[in-house]
Amino acid sequence: MHRFANPARFLKIARPLTGWFFWLGLVLLLAGAGCGLFLTPADYLQGQTVRILYIHVPAAWLGMGGWTGIAIAALMQLVWRHPLAAVAGRAIAGPGALFTAICLATGSIWGRPTWGTWWEWDGRMTSMLVLLFLYLGYIALANASARQAEQGGVSSVTAIFGLVGAVNIPIINRSVVWWNSLHQGPSITLRGSSIDGSLLWPLGLTLLGFSLWFGAIVLMRMRTILARNKVEARMRRLTRG
Amino acid sequence: MKAKHQRLILALAALVAIVGAGLLAVSALKDEAAYFYAPNDVKTKGVEPGKAIRLGGMVVKGSLHRAADGVTIGFDVTDGKATVPATFSGIAPDLFKEGSGVVAEGAFDTKGTFVATNLLAKHDERYMPRELEGMTYNETTHEMKKADQ
Repeated sequence: MHRFANPARFLKIARPLTGWFFWLGLVLLLAGAGCGLFLTPADYLQGQTVRILYIHVPAAWLGMGGWTGIAIAALMQLVWRHPLAAVAGRAIAGPGALFTAICLATGSIWGRPTWGTWWEWDGRMTSMLVLLFLYLGYIALANASARQAEQGGVSSVTAIFGLVGAVNIPIINRSVVWWNSLHQGPSITLRGSSIDGSLLWPLGLTLLGFSLWFGAIVLMRMRTILARNKVEARMRRLTRG
Repeated sequence: MKAKHQRLILALAALVAIVGAGLLAVSALKDEAAYFYAPNDVKTKGVEPGKAIRLGGMVVKGSLHRAADGVTIGFDVTDGKATVPATFSGIAPDLFKEGSGVVAEGAFDTKGTFVATNLLAKHDERYMPRELEGMTYNETTHEMKKADQ
């Protein structure tokens, strides 16, 4: 991993990768959403509202995956002092919070016709809302302690917060198993899927598409931070010189 | 020992401690964080009449009936171990029907009937097209079979 510690080497790989992730992600996303809207059959109980799952599930996956990324970056920052890990943590926080918010919003829109309520304080929904607040706290802490951070990344305090917040991820995942909840149990497990194949396949497309897009956004944000570092370093040299 | 290894051990020890604390807190919450009472919880723990709770379970097939006033419905809620009768007057959600999940908000009356003030339909983890309706679903193998076979 330390091969990429050099920003110049990282940028050499990140620059072309950003475009690939972005366009491939967009194509898969549009294909998955189009197929999910027009080609799949309606659910036997939910009818047409089932289609929101092609957005809701990837958003949930990326909201949780984003924080997992933050925790891994935090560990690399604190233990190995990897210079790009702090930058990565900061870059992930924004899109992570966005996808968590999308997950909550689409879930709420789906909940109204299906359950008969916009919002209920059950285990899954509450722990997901906590994740959104964790993201907002992480972003606020990163901004407030920006002086302590090196290279435009997050400070050590923020990294520790990122590591601590990871406790919530298994809680979200298990919330529908541990507690009686309004949210249904897991449909897709290691043993298989209880979503019928005819409804399931576009989900793979949107899941991959959204993930690639998430990757593209993170790479763009990392490149922005690195570019800003360069500008600031040059400005400092100029004012000194 | 290198400083790097020291930091790694420290970080991992802290992580284990935090996860342990989190799991302890969650397991202590087990009953309090439950969103609803299942009929069996009501039977074993006992819920005094008039206490506002949520009751969740499956609507027993064939138990749904409409009272003489035309707006009140009665049905039985079961979790496979215990069954309690419930009534509700108002507009039930579209997905509320016999054989599917329900979460009812309300309280027990003195005769042991659950008087619901609000009904929520609980959706299960199965998603399938209409053509497959009536097929039974095997929980362990995730296979669909025709119900009459």
